[in-house]
Amino acid sequence: MITPPNYPGIPGASPGTPPGPPDLDVGNSRFRLALARIRLAWRSFRGAWSIYLESRIGVLSLLIIGMFALMAVAHPVLMLTIWDSGTYDPVTGYAFGQSQQPASPSWRHPLGTDPLGRDVLSQLLWSTRSEFVLGITAALVTVAIATTVGAVAAYYGGIIDAFFMRLADLIIALPGISLLIVLSALFKLNLFYLALVIGVLGGFGGTAIILKSQALSIKVKPYIEAARVAGGGHFHIILVHIIPNLLPLSLLYMMFTVTSAIFAEAVLSFLGLLDVRMSWGIMIHTANTGGYLMGGTRYWWLVVPAGASITLLCSAFYMGGRALDEVVNPRLRRRHD
Amino acid sequence: MTGYLVRRAGQMVLTLFLIITFAFFLVQAQPGDYATFYALDPDIPPEVKQQLRASFGLDKPLWEQYLIHLKNTVTGDFGVSFGHFPRPVMDVLVERVPRTAVLFLSATVLSFYIGFFLGKAIAWRRGGWLEYTATISGATLFTVFTPAFALMMIWIFAFRLGWLPVGKFLDPLVWRHADVSANYVFGQMLLTAFLFTAFAFLVLYLLKRTGRVGLARWAGPLIAVGGVAALFVWSFSGVGGLALDILKHMVLPIVTLTLISFAGTMLLTRNSMLETVREDYVMAARAKGLPEKMVRDRHAARNALLPVVTSLVYSLVFAIDGSVIIEVVFSWPGTGLTLLQAVRTEDLPLVMGAMVFIGLFSLLAHAIVDVLYVYLDPRIRYQ
Repeated sequence: MITPPNYPGIPGASPGTPPGPPDLDVGNSRFRLALARIRLAWRSFRGAWSIYLESRIGVLSLLIIGMFALMAVAHPVLMLTIWDSGTYDPVTGYAFGQSQQPASPSWRHPLGTDPLGRDVLSQLLWSTRSEFVLGITAALVTVAIATTVGAVAAYYGGIIDAFFMRLADLIIALPGISLLIVLSALFKLNLFYLALVIGVLGGFGGTAIILKSQALSIKVKPYIEAARVAGGGHFHIILVHIIPNLLPLSLLYMMFTVTSAIFAEAVLSFLGLLDVRMSWGIMIHTANTGGYLMGGTRYWWLVVPAGASITLLCSAFYMGGRALDEVVNPRLRRRHD
Repeated sequence: MTGYLVRRAGQMVLTLFLIITFAFFLVQAQPGDYATFYALDPDIPPEVKQQLRASFGLDKPLWEQYLIHLKNTVTGDFGVSFGHFPRPVMDVLVERVPRTAVLFLSATVLSFYIGFFLGKAIAWRRGGWLEYTATISGATLFTVFTPAFALMMIWIFAFRLGWLPVGKFLDPLVWRHADVSANYVFGQMLLTAFLFTAFAFLVLYLLKRTGRVGLARWAGPLIAVGGVAALFVWSFSGVGGLALDILKHMVLPIVTLTLISFAGTMLLTRNSMLETVREDYVMAARAKGLPEKMVRDRHAARNALLPVVTSLVYSLVFAIDGSVIIEVVFSWPGTGLTLLQAVRTEDLPLVMGAMVFIGLFSLLAHAIVDVLYVYLDPRIRYQ
């Protein structure tokens, strides 16, 4: 996969969420137990949040992601209120008011129009939503698979472990973009299948190895021993004790997967291989196949908004992940001495 | 060590076998087959279509087709390319693979050095302006939309400034009267580069073996003499101008690929350094009164190198992917561009061949990193 290469060192210390009070507490009702757990989770979340806020880059990336989320919401709102669908539809619209396409930015079309007379701002906003959907789907699939595989492989060990780790080695060695180029050219991949492919490749690949090594360090903790002594089954221990402690690290790798998913989608759309209606990659593809890129700065609105959006959103998720890394991995934190 | 190498090679063969199998079944799973090209032609009668299918071997059961494919692949026969008819796939790939290898290797080595150097610098001085600039610009370059960035580089350096050629492998105008083929010149260039690297390593190794610090100073000048000698030979070989033309075409893709991939190593080195600078041996080195530079390079950075090399596998895959994109944008005729053109024109034998070669490529890179790791970390000795 094109997961970012710099997997941080495997955190040796325990992750943010404490495991909650032991189940041995007999007199308590379930409700109070749940309440206590929520309080604990909230406290650890607040602690993690304040560490995250210390990182300036982390805050900046969070702001950028928030801005893009607003953009994604803005499109349907604008379409319902001030934009009529004949002119502003990202795929079928046509800017009748302009005598020449592509038209440079104006009040009616703040980012101009593309060579086919479609509003660039509308395309940009429309694509934002699908990028989020793609990125988050891929990330959820990756994390669901990787967490399960990591926890199961670490817990059972032996042949299951060997199988999944060799599989992960194989997937890491595969260059993802080349594979996706072949897949998307031979089969008609739409956004959902692309997210699924990226998610599965990421989930069984490098992320599984990282989460497994973290799960190994959790497996030898005393509370796992305690749970076993208390009579917890394999399934219970994996589900209630190992996986919740893997979640902070999983969240970190979700961020990286989002980056690689958005990037892969943009590259494939740029090459014209993907079956999607509109995306940032397709916007650049349209400009490139029309020969407008070598016009340099003359037709900037055809390339700069889409290119900058891909770069900004990818790097925001990536830098957000790195800031999160400092929360999850205490050894990276700046010393207060 | 030998046992480890043998086992590693066995693993590679097994993985390669899996990749070949995967490529075969992937192409089988896509709708249509080789004979579908003719199936829509109404002028061809049905019995001829059947004959065509039979001549391609498509009437045999799938497992038999697979065994035949496997046998042919192992013997180096990937069939005939549709797009480059009548050239065999192997012929096309043997021409293209070295071009990818050069692009990829030089960019990887360069980006590793730059990334490692910057990474240790920014970890040594946390919170300085250098850290913010390097981190932000590195991460931006790392996550930049590669095709757009590559096109921007072309626009600036090739189109506006005109310093370098726009793309492709060579300039036909220069080669119009050449009586040697481009592959020959490129092969000679590769040979020179290889010999020069071997010479440099030999010089470094031999001077280090002598164990005298004074002699080690001569390594730089000696290697430089070797480089000048190589240039001298080339300038009198008669094809120096042609080689220069290829070199000029190589600069921009390599620089672009280096720029987008150095940040991975840089950020990882930074993280790794942040952990090693807290170790006791670094404090001990400081307490001994060693100069700051030596503490950083010999004690902290040397140990920070290990996790970076472990993760080099990820960087390698990133660089292979990057080189595919770079090849497409720069029209650099390597394996990546070949793969894209092949899938676009449904040149299925070439698709399978290129996939196997790209897989082999990353497997080899992976193995080299593993072996390198053993040499770098004397604590690890594979039995």
